[in-house]
Amino acid sequence: MPDMFQDAHSDDFKNNLPQRKQRGKLGQTLFLISTVVGIIALLALLYNITNEMFGLVAVQYQTDPATLSDRPLSELSQPELVTILEENISRGLFRRYDREAPIAERSREDLLALIDERVVGSQIVAAYPAIDSIIDRAAIEAEVAEKYPEARVEWKSWLNPDFVASPMSSTPLFAGVRTALLGSLWMISITILVAVPIGVGAAIYLEEYASHESMINKVIQANINNLAGVPSIIYGMLGLAIFVRALEPITSGAAFGIAGNNGRTLLSAALTMALLILPIIIISAQEAIRAVPRSLRLASYGIGATKWQTIRSHVLPVAFPSILTGIILAISRAIGETAPLILVGASTYIVTDPNGPFSNFTALPIQIYNWTSQPQAEFRNLAAAAIIVLLTVLLSMNAIAVYLRNRFQRQL
Amino acid sequence: MTDIKMATAEHQTTAASNGNSELFKRIKNPIIAARNLGLFYGHNEALRDVNFEVPVNSITALIGPSGCGKSTLLRCFNRMNDLIPIVRISGEVNYRGHNLYGDQVDPVEVRRRIGMVFQKPNPFPKSVYDNVAWGAKINGYKGNMDELVERSLRRAALWEEVKDKLKESGLALSGGQQQRLCIARTIATEPEIILMDEPCSALDPIATLKIEELMRELQTEYTIIIVTHNMQQAARASDYTAMMMLTDDREAGTVVEYNETDTIFTNPRDKRTEDYITGRFG
Repeated sequence: MPDMFQDAHSDDFKNNLPQRKQRGKLGQTLFLISTVVGIIALLALLYNITNEMFGLVAVQYQTDPATLSDRPLSELSQPELVTILEENISRGLFRRYDREAPIAERSREDLLALIDERVVGSQIVAAYPAIDSIIDRAAIEAEVAEKYPEARVEWKSWLNPDFVASPMSSTPLFAGVRTALLGSLWMISITILVAVPIGVGAAIYLEEYASHESMINKVIQANINNLAGVPSIIYGMLGLAIFVRALEPITSGAAFGIAGNNGRTLLSAALTMALLILPIIIISAQEAIRAVPRSLRLASYGIGATKWQTIRSHVLPVAFPSILTGIILAISRAIGETAPLILVGASTYIVTDPNGPFSNFTALPIQIYNWTSQPQAEFRNLAAAAIIVLLTVLLSMNAIAVYLRNRFQRQL
Repeated sequence: MTDIKMATAEHQTTAASNGNSELFKRIKNPIIAARNLGLFYGHNEALRDVNFEVPVNSITALIGPSGCGKSTLLRCFNRMNDLIPIVRISGEVNYRGHNLYGDQVDPVEVRRRIGMVFQKPNPFPKSVYDNVAWGAKINGYKGNMDELVERSLRRAALWEEVKDKLKESGLALSGGQQQRLCIARTIATEPEIILMDEPCSALDPIATLKIEELMRELQTEYTIIIVTHNMQQAARASDYTAMMMLTDDREAGTVVEYNETDTIFTNPRDKRTEDYITGRFG
């Protein structure tokens, strides 16, 4: 250190300096470690899911498709498929399918899937994780040849277009997430329609109109803050008591002339979810509105704007990106919530697509939860694939919201 | 009027009150006048017994140390203090003979007639054009909007600088330009009085000078009341100057001396005014 820095305090300063820098280093290291731990956890999750999602499977047929027809099944016409189905499955089963949806009117894809499932009876007898499959394919093939002499070993991605497009099935090979995906999308749409206007409206009222000094308002505010932390299962019980039971005539659609349902409908679930995310939306929207600079409001009032004109033209546009961020977070929470749905009564096994707010339904998290608790190992592969579908839905919704947010921010 | 005030507010110095009364006699046609105005923020008294008159087409400067209620007084003139729920106001503010705090008066209308320019330039996060047009639009302006925008921007000496970027954000302008945009925005609603709350405190000397020149031009059509901490600005740019101070019990602010600017700066009657403007205050 050059002498020009020498003065009365310089000794103290110099003795102190290494320690100060050391503390900074220590902090930096700790923060780095936290980040690394987070990344490792995330990678472990992804590794786990991918490992389950791909891999070798041993497939075995009950009936060889070649014995059913001279041509490959996929080239047959719809009436021919109906005939094959009629000839090869029991009459009782045929009648049951016919009742679900008339066989003669079903599409070729539907029939092919049915034949595949019931007649050909492809069955996965063993599934192996991706890493093992890649490293040790020979050993797996040897093992399969020994245990299941008739089975073929093939590479399978559990996440494939069929998986997204097929409905639920009890056979892992044919099970898909279409019903659950549609259920989740229906539910989240209704939830957004209900929760966003109410939440943002309440936030505007509480921030802009209600007196911040009044006791009632303070109590309400404290309640909203606490509600945001209430466990979701409690919202499920609330939903069960209010929407499923007490409001059954409305939530089952009976009041609108739709008979034959109980209260365990999409509408009940969506309303429960709306309640669940309402506090989150209100709080974040309030914070967004509060963050709008006072100078902007004053500017607006100063040229003779009314309160509503000020809110509508200046406060809301400026707060909108942050409000949207809060809404995204809330929706992400709602789409992944499982516990309330179990209580409100999402079906675990349902093959018909939801067709409106009053239909019975299942949702992706329920499906995943259900699959992971099944005894057959293959369902775990399905669960992994369904997780990816759920994450994809989540990411695309976030992407849309981020896009919207950036667009609005650019306009400012 | 002054006599009543004298009786009720003995803590005020006689000299200042006399100065007021003489001046008030000379002001034939005050456009706005505060009469025994008092203001409380909750339990804190901010203004007490303010008596103050402003003639038409004049520039009046409010000077005084920080915290003596200059901005609060200014905001009384367009009922901006109404936005703070805990504010209580006593006394009157008469605008063309009507009490602004009367029962029939809507603050929204007050603020259209009495515009305001703030300390920090605060254009809306919108285009330059919309910044000027919005106020007129919401106040029901039916004429040609393009013309109004151009006229207002010209009036605010900004047109030449922004005529090619009317669609760009008002926030992209420099600080001085933003402040003139705010003035243009205020002018567009066609007010009679423009209140300016330290409009130059965030600006450099050149931008400040431009605003001062602009004030002189605007004076032909508008009445301007300006709060400033800059003594030279008050001396340069105003016709009348009101000196505000805390009352002797140091609880509330009031006008201690009010006179023509020349008189205030050359021959102040109140010792405190003299100390303040010569920099010996405190």
